[in-house]
Amino acid sequence: MDRRTVLPLLAAAMTLAGWASPALAEYPERPIELIVPWGAGGGTDAVGRIFGQILQEELGKPVNVVNRTGGSGVVGHTAIARAKPDGYTIGVMTIEIDMMHWQGLTDLTYQDFDILALVNADPGGIMVAEDAPWKTAAELRDAIKSSPPGTVKASGTGQGGIWHLNMLGWIMSEGIPIDAVPFVPSQGAAAGLTDMVAGGVGMVPSSLAEGRSLIEAGRVRALASMSDERQALFPDVPTLKEATGSDWKLSVWRAIAAPKDMPAEARDKLIAAIEKAYNSDTYQNFMKERGFGLRWAGPEDATAAVAADDASLGEVMKKAGLAK
Amino acid sequence: MSVLAQSFAMVFDPQVLMVMVLSGAFGLFVGAIPGLTATMATALLVPITFFMEPIAAIAAIVTASAMAIFSGDIPGALLRIPGTPASAAYVEDAYRMTRDGRGQEGLGALLVFSVIGGVFGTIILILASPLLAEVALKFSSFEYFWLVLLGLSAAIFVSPGSVPRGLVALLIGLVAASVGMDNPTAEPRFTFGNVDLLGGISFIPAMIGLFALAEVLRYLVRGHKLGAPLRPSTKGLLRSQIPVIRRYPKQMLRGNITGTLIGALPGAGADIAAWISYAMSKRFSREPEKFGTGHVEGLVEAGASNNAAVSGAWIPALVFGIPGDSITAIVIGVLYIKGMNPGPTIFINQAELINALFIVFLLANLLMIPLGWLAIRASTTILAVPQKLLMPIITLFCLVGAFAITNSVFGIILMLGFGILGFLMEENDIPIAPAILGLVLGPLLEQHFITSMIKSDGHLLAFFERPIAAGLGIFTILVWCAPLVRRILFRRKEALT
Repeated sequence: MDRRTVLPLLAAAMTLAGWASPALAEYPERPIELIVPWGAGGGTDAVGRIFGQILQEELGKPVNVVNRTGGSGVVGHTAIARAKPDGYTIGVMTIEIDMMHWQGLTDLTYQDFDILALVNADPGGIMVAEDAPWKTAAELRDAIKSSPPGTVKASGTGQGGIWHLNMLGWIMSEGIPIDAVPFVPSQGAAAGLTDMVAGGVGMVPSSLAEGRSLIEAGRVRALASMSDERQALFPDVPTLKEATGSDWKLSVWRAIAAPKDMPAEARDKLIAAIEKAYNSDTYQNFMKERGFGLRWAGPEDATAAVAADDASLGEVMKKAGLAK
Repeated sequence: MSVLAQSFAMVFDPQVLMVMVLSGAFGLFVGAIPGLTATMATALLVPITFFMEPIAAIAAIVTASAMAIFSGDIPGALLRIPGTPASAAYVEDAYRMTRDGRGQEGLGALLVFSVIGGVFGTIILILASPLLAEVALKFSSFEYFWLVLLGLSAAIFVSPGSVPRGLVALLIGLVAASVGMDNPTAEPRFTFGNVDLLGGISFIPAMIGLFALAEVLRYLVRGHKLGAPLRPSTKGLLRSQIPVIRRYPKQMLRGNITGTLIGALPGAGADIAAWISYAMSKRFSREPEKFGTGHVEGLVEAGASNNAAVSGAWIPALVFGIPGDSITAIVIGVLYIKGMNPGPTIFINQAELINALFIVFLLANLLMIPLGWLAIRASTTILAVPQKLLMPIITLFCLVGAFAITNSVFGIILMLGFGILGFLMEENDIPIAPAILGLVLGPLLEQHFITSMIKSDGHLLAFFERPIAAGLGIFTILVWCAPLVRRILFRRKEALT
């Protein structure tokens, strides 16, 4: 082997080594994809995008937010779970993961994911129009109990959607039969609230944050919050426990999840970066200003919380005949 | 007065102006790419606006979304790829004009009447927001049902050929719209166990297929008989519109008003507005036979209506925080972040910010003239490409556009399927426009009908029990019966003479 062949070979080997060595040592070495299972412009998209932005600064590599929509979240969640577990595909998981398999839409459950953290939770609530006769949640409950079924109707999400289950869970906890309050499906909470103000339905059991502007404009009255404590944004609104004594609680949350069996190095780095991003002023301020609830849970706690919701939602759906 | 001066100072800050120009260019670019929507442009801007001053942030979003909505019309006029369901209402006319060598007039009309509609909508937004928002708040599913039905009836008026063929097209659209589980019962329909079909047939890939791919297929079959579309010159692009304004002042005003009013309804928006305006324009036109063959009259009315509706959508968003469309849904979030909480008091408590917002609106629409002109100039170069190369390029745009909306190969499959369907429809003289209308409005019609039925415990008369619903219902029935009545009267007159 003469010098003319050895030198280029050596050079090539050195370049290769130089090119390859950071890959062995450092995660991440290329852009990360963050899958959002819902459309651009929605609440999950907003949380995903702000999180992606901060994560990008923490990890030093671009984080691309990709909306994989369709099938009530089935398509996007499937894309996260089935991605290559190399740490370069993560996603925002939403509470629908605890509902879709009960509905028979997919076999996918939370157990197919590596849940890295819970980064947001918005408690459900009870809202009525300002001109409604009920001033408290207890009055509303008594009115539902004492009038014929169908007198009070509810709206605020699609049929079998999370706020529908919230309403069912609440009335079941009060010992009211599930057919007492018919549900009028709507395209999201805003549409349900508008319909309620227009006189179409009696109550909307969505999160109070979604009714914030109408509450502040004096058109909508918030009667209760389905949380452990009162919400910072609505200090005058009692918790459901305070209002009626019911133990029903439900929050919609957003989690950062990844496919299972990621390399430990990537997983540790991601979790550390996610925690830092969660605690950043940017994220905290964004969530507070938007009226989104802040909640942190690390991998174990987050998985436990997701599992608990899976069980309680499954029970409500089975009793309501929504499970397959 | 000092409040107004303060607002002007806020907007005419070099930084804000620079943000407007940059985000305007960004919006034009995103909107002009088939498959990327104004909503997408807005969502992409949000993380960036987080680091801006309130007025700069709002200015960025207002400018980008207005530009993206206009530039969505450009690929429609040049390549027959409509950017939004709203621009699909008049894409046929705009494209035919380009083919006939009158692209300059067509594109000019789209630009100028977009600006006029946007400015008109803004003026109404400034003058009558609280009042119109109150009216909008009275609309429930009963009222929307009639409005959507009225929009669907437009299919009969917009279909160029015979009424039965228009109906066939409408039914094709309605059938496609019934796929998926996004219906009021949330029961999967016609999905054949396919996860992708659960989400239904998304209309952007379908629209791209029906219009653009069908055109490519026709070129393949017919080849050179069609002749190449001429590259429009941008010389006199704006001046060519002065006679158009003079000729169609009534149409322009009608489009402006219809667009703003329908846009202000949270459940309606630019899509319904553009279609109703186009139908109205044809119905009252002195030369309705020219519609769909490259006639500028429909562009004037529907183009203005479309952009007026976009401004109108801000009315319920500012007054009650109720999103009028997907763009204002994002905007409301940004308003909260910037401490401009929507509500009836925003006009009093934050007068200088709200005035600055209005100034931004007017400025963004005026900025559309030079930036839009540049965008038209840049994008028309595509027609300088020889047709043999242009057709593969259009196909590529179709593929990318269909993929971009859901980021999945399924969008491409949909687009290809609808491309073949569109080709077969046009070969058999079945118009495409009513099918799009069915696809867009079908789900809304079903949703409002079912929810109304649940609310009224199944009593059909409930559709006439609320005053606005009754008015809209009677109007819709009159529109349907008008041709019948006219025919009877005509016959009687004939019998008499």
